[in-house]
Amino acid sequence: MSDQPTAWQLIITGDPALFEIVCLSLLVSLSAAALAAVIGMPLGALAALVRFPGRAVVVVLLNAMMGLPPVVVGLALYLLLSRSGPLGEFGILFTPAAMVFAQTVLIVPIIAALTRQTVEDLWIEYRDELTAMDVGPLGRITTLLWDARFSLVTAWLAGFGRAAAEVGAVMIVGGNIDGFTRTMTTAIALETSKGNLPLAMGLGSILIVIVLLINAAAWGTRLWSERQVSG
Amino acid sequence: MGSRLVSFTFAVLFGIIAGSMPTLAEERSIVVASTTSTQDSGLFGYLLPIFKARTGIEVKVIAQGTGQALDTARRGDADVVFVHARPQEEKFVAEGFGVKRFDVMYNDFVLIGPKSDPAGIKGRDIVTALRTIEAKAAPFVSRGDRSGTHAAELALWRQTGIDIASAKGPWYREIGQGMGAALNTASAMNAYVLSDRGTWISFRNRGDLVILVEGDKHLFNQYGIILVNPEKHPSVKKELGQAFIDWLISPEGQTGIAGYRIDGQQLFFPNADKRGR
Repeated sequence: MSDQPTAWQLIITGDPALFEIVCLSLLVSLSAAALAAVIGMPLGALAALVRFPGRAVVVVLLNAMMGLPPVVVGLALYLLLSRSGPLGEFGILFTPAAMVFAQTVLIVPIIAALTRQTVEDLWIEYRDELTAMDVGPLGRITTLLWDARFSLVTAWLAGFGRAAAEVGAVMIVGGNIDGFTRTMTTAIALETSKGNLPLAMGLGSILIVIVLLINAAAWGTRLWSERQVSG
Repeated sequence: MGSRLVSFTFAVLFGIIAGSMPTLAEERSIVVASTTSTQDSGLFGYLLPIFKARTGIEVKVIAQGTGQALDTARRGDADVVFVHARPQEEKFVAEGFGVKRFDVMYNDFVLIGPKSDPAGIKGRDIVTALRTIEAKAAPFVSRGDRSGTHAAELALWRQTGIDIASAKGPWYREIGQGMGAALNTASAMNAYVLSDRGTWISFRNRGDLVILVEGDKHLFNQYGIILVNPEKHPSVKKELGQAFIDWLISPEGQTGIAGYRIDGQQLFFPNADKRGR
């Protein structure tokens, strides 16, 4: 017990607990980023293309919500999902599903706001053509989202990055339960509070490397498919 | 067409998430709201695998301060609470949120401070030590988080006759965080801090900190365990929760608690009283 393993020893020995934590972190944050893309991208495109009264307010709100504090999102969902709360009967508080829920809420505004900007810029380019071809609203949204897909990778990465990095929301709705809802970020917070600063820092480095790898993969995919399109 | 595509995508995504996560219904597991001291000291990491091997019941621990753990249980979000602030626990049972309280184990609080001991309190009794710290306005870190250790600290201040709420100055630093975080802060500021012995023994970032006051009878720290009342919250898993309580206070569980050691030092001392109240 006196000799705590370092993070690198954990990697080299293929520590199963570390592997589990990394997998859960990825599963939760990738699920949240996927859900948020499905919700946020159409939402952003709608906000970009549809003119309605109060649109300016919606755009400002969307932009402002990119800065939602994770701990507040966590607390709000905690009250919602608690047994004493309105959604208590589902019993998903302190489960990975609750963590996905919280991170999705957290990053939908990020993906939606960045999508809105991208689609709006592209619309200026496409307006005359799409208007001349008499494409309906739904067709416009799908066309613009499809043609903006390479730029939207960045929007998605921004959302994923936020999800993978946050600790406030998953700590509250997940509870940092060993082997069940412990993610990289909550494990880092725990090891810090145990005074295991080198292990905490090592886990932090692993998290950064993983996020870097996912960004490289996303970027590689983008370059590859761009080449397919132009080639 | 578009909306059907979206709802289809949703169904697939939720299916993937639901399928890849452990199914809760068939799993024999309970949620225990407990304190940072039991988790940060490593006790659960040692004890729970023994319990699981014996009974097959998975125990999910949410480590919070005692006040927050009792709140979590009041809301029905835990099956069992395992904390250390007797007056609050008895109130919890009296209000009908808990079924019965059982003593499980004890350890003691220790007053930690820098080796150089600027206030000169080493070896004093705890009441004199706190009075001296206040008189000399030596830096003191308080948990400030309604935890069991925070409650114990406030009770000790009351015994000194000092009204800490009005006497506190810049020297008294309430950080509102767990035991480990408080020790990290004290280590960084070379401040005095009250800690439970278990967390202190397992703490790895001591810097210049050492134990200065210990062994005073006022520093006794009793842990108790309570099943959340299923009549208040029908979702409580009463059989599994009671099985955990019964095991902890059984000779086997008590031996397990006594067997947890770090560097040869025993962290918690079993003292279960079977009757409960």
